[in-house]
Amino acid sequence: MRYLPLTEADRRDMLAAIGAPSVDALFRDVPEVARRKDGLDLPPHQGELEVERALSAMAAKNVAAGSVPFFLGGGAYRHHVPAAVDHLIQRGEFLTSYTPYQPEVTQGTLQYLFEFQTQVALLTGMDVANASLYDGATATAEAVTMANRVTGRRRSVLSGSLHPHYREVVETLARFVGFRVDSQPLDPAGSEDLAALVDGETSCVVVQNPDFFGRVRDLRPLAEACHAKGALLVVVVTEIVSLGALTSPGEMGADIVAAEGQSIGNGLNFGGPYVGLFATRDRFVRQMPGRLVGQTVDAEGRRGWVLTLSTREQHIRREKATSNICTNSGLCTLAFTIHLSLLGEAGLTQLAAINHAKAAKLADRLAAIPGVTVLNDTFFNEFTVRLPRPAAGIVDALAARPIIAGVPVSRFASGHDDLLVLAVTETVTDADMDALVTALEESLR
Amino acid sequence: MSDWSKALSRFQAAGAGTDTTSGNRGLQIEEPLIFEQGAEGRTGVDLPAPPAAADRLGGLARKGAIGLPGLSEPQVVRHYTRLSQKNFAIDSGLYPLGSCTMKHNPRLNERMARLPGFGDLHPLQPQATIQGALELMDQLAHWLKTLTGMPAVALSPAAGAHGELCGIMTIRAALEARGDMRQRILVPESAHGTNPATAAACGYAVESIPANARGRVDLEALKAKLDSGVAAIMLTNPNTCGLFESEIVEIAEAVHKAGAFFYCDGANFNAIVGRVRPADLGIDCMHINLHKTFSTPHGGGGPGSGPVVLAESLAPYAPLPWVVHGPDGFRLVEEADAASGTAGTIGRLKGFHGQMGMFVRALAYMMSHGGDGLRQVAEDAVLNANYLMAGLGDVLTASFEGPCMHEALFDDRFLKDTGVTTLDFAKAMIDEGYHPMTMYFPLVVHGALLMEPTETESKDSLDQFIAVIRALAERTRQPGAAEWFHEAPRYTPRRRLDETAAARKPQLRWRPPAVTQQAAE
Repeated sequence: MRYLPLTEADRRDMLAAIGAPSVDALFRDVPEVARRKDGLDLPPHQGELEVERALSAMAAKNVAAGSVPFFLGGGAYRHHVPAAVDHLIQRGEFLTSYTPYQPEVTQGTLQYLFEFQTQVALLTGMDVANASLYDGATATAEAVTMANRVTGRRRSVLSGSLHPHYREVVETLARFVGFRVDSQPLDPAGSEDLAALVDGETSCVVVQNPDFFGRVRDLRPLAEACHAKGALLVVVVTEIVSLGALTSPGEMGADIVAAEGQSIGNGLNFGGPYVGLFATRDRFVRQMPGRLVGQTVDAEGRRGWVLTLSTREQHIRREKATSNICTNSGLCTLAFTIHLSLLGEAGLTQLAAINHAKAAKLADRLAAIPGVTVLNDTFFNEFTVRLPRPAAGIVDALAARPIIAGVPVSRFASGHDDLLVLAVTETVTDADMDALVTALEESLR
Repeated sequence: MSDWSKALSRFQAAGAGTDTTSGNRGLQIEEPLIFEQGAEGRTGVDLPAPPAAADRLGGLARKGAIGLPGLSEPQVVRHYTRLSQKNFAIDSGLYPLGSCTMKHNPRLNERMARLPGFGDLHPLQPQATIQGALELMDQLAHWLKTLTGMPAVALSPAAGAHGELCGIMTIRAALEARGDMRQRILVPESAHGTNPATAAACGYAVESIPANARGRVDLEALKAKLDSGVAAIMLTNPNTCGLFESEIVEIAEAVHKAGAFFYCDGANFNAIVGRVRPADLGIDCMHINLHKTFSTPHGGGGPGSGPVVLAESLAPYAPLPWVVHGPDGFRLVEEADAASGTAGTIGRLKGFHGQMGMFVRALAYMMSHGGDGLRQVAEDAVLNANYLMAGLGDVLTASFEGPCMHEALFDDRFLKDTGVTTLDFAKAMIDEGYHPMTMYFPLVVHGALLMEPTETESKDSLDQFIAVIRALAERTRQPGAAEWFHEAPRYTPRRRLDETAAARKPQLRWRPPAVTQQAAE
């Protein structure tokens, strides 16, 4: 048992020092009825080689995204992550460190979280950001509860083009926390009028941009409508790379931005761990959930960083806390901040331009296939097509070739069987596009 | 001023208190923010030119600059390497942070999580292409169910506190299903702060249960509060005083007799894994912090992962998604439907399926230890904690009589009349090369010092730690001790930081110097 340093002799010596006759004696407070004398029905310990073999066999039963032409988005995006990112986050001093409770020996973590907060504020066009939440969907739910606190109202409006999983996470919380959510029906046509739904009881409107179907839109009129009624505008971003090309939510009047940061620095990981981004205006900072790092000075006047404003948090306020959150996504924020530092202004805008141009190219090629219609006239790197047959069957047929074609909207709701959402990133090659177009043409023939 | 003196002056404010020219001290190097070392047009990636295509941004192209700094790859690598060197970590030394459980993080787990067949999978891929991933989730569920004796598990919660939320939601759903609208949740004084916050977030009134003189829940006080208005009790076991709740079976019986549910905060499961099954104690629902018991890294505070095990009575309310096994292999159920028995679900708690990367790491750890090794994990964790308690019990003051479980709790009586505070003592430990223990928690004892060595510390490392703590404790009795301790830490990249100033006027991001200037005027 290679992870356990005590020898039998150590254990004997230690028991003697404690004055206990046996290890069992140390468990004497456990009621007799619950003490297990025998082992559990689980396999015995294995060496590194055996574990590696067993898990590799399981991994081999999956189709890795990078091994096939791949066009799936829908809230998780396959981007290239530079080798330096994974190398740096695996440094033991980062990987095996905990929450920075002792600032004198955690300045490394605190400084990168401060840099992360700054990067997220800049990207989203907001004043301040926290040091991350679990993921984009939970960040959205936190945004709604924060809007309720800020406005003292308990009804929020969710756009029909918000990611359906995000909507479900907000709805779960609403049911148990006790606030009202008006979720609009799925909106592939982009025809909903959210401004008309805002009234004096509305705490916030939650709208995604680019939206679940890939559309990009100007949110300024909606922001004005919200503010005129005393409601907040919550803008959700699932593809954070888009902000390298688009007007930021902050410039369009958002009060809170909830986003998924996975696209920068973090792999697909089958859905997690991801990194929830959360940013807001200065005036709401004390209502913001999650961890915050602030700048200060040490006893000698030198600049340094600490966790701050923790009076909002559970360990001080207990049942009056802003949220029950305790963990952030430290390592994922580190990956995010390293990757974004490598990109910089020039790299991020270039990356966004590549994503956009490649998506435009594929949209044009798909639109040329008889029977296929591209639904959106605006998008960043993701768009929706209408197919002449149910999309789910086509996706399964293409997966057998193997091409991972996109996400059928029917996966989330009935009634839109012919819609397919496709994403294109810098990882997609011309050959990948050729393969998709050919396969789709053949399957529609 | 020349370019080279400008470059140097950037460090000089930081160098106050050192006698070096640069502010650096050997391997301890002052490192500016990335925003202070970038240059326009520089980048750490080489990207091709985008293909020619018409813009579809609908007139919403970004106009102004974002403001991100430009750094080359070597600058970025050096920056984060230098930052890493300002961190204490379990890889570099004993990290006895009680209730947080900092144990060795095996690198095999990292390698396994990075296999393309796990790390490079999209959560919405067709199910035929993710059979191995679903098998892994099923395997992990099997281990967790076997270790806890519980029939069901929900994998999706993203952290321990998220697991609490999941558990309390299932309890409320179960009560609602039987038309029983209970209003209160009982939480012991010693509970993690997340417990009352979770209960309150779910719309419950929180009532505190006092601890008895033995550091356990006061059973009589509990019984006095139990009635038909109580939805659940949230109890940590082993508790945050490092003690096993010896009357837990009686507590469970009383709770069930009142028609309430028994939620257990499983943060300290590492003390009993393989030796005690929570189901045998009468627990209905418990979250398990994979990073604590099963050693997934919690770098800088996360990610976590908090699967929740559920009794039969709560299983129908588990959150989506569910992994089910059928004739065609594994299937992920993502919508509530009667056919797969998910109609009662509380719904979705997280964007996708849970912290898959953490699942792989945890399963790798479980398989490496096996059923036999996990039992040894609990025994060694308990043995190490009791060894600390025995080694320090005559110089520090143990709050309660032992044996303790995986962590040893001391209070600050040994500092009485010395002028040295618990915080001072902790900062002095830093200068000795140790991360301090958890301080001022649990709240039930004054000036708490909660130490958790974990099972991955050797006897030698504990002996050295005990010797150092004993010497420090003795030093508190020497003349001038208060001043000496108050000055600590002396040898860290930063001395004590002004947390009050940080909270009073929060500076939560970097701003360009000109902007800072304007704001000040």
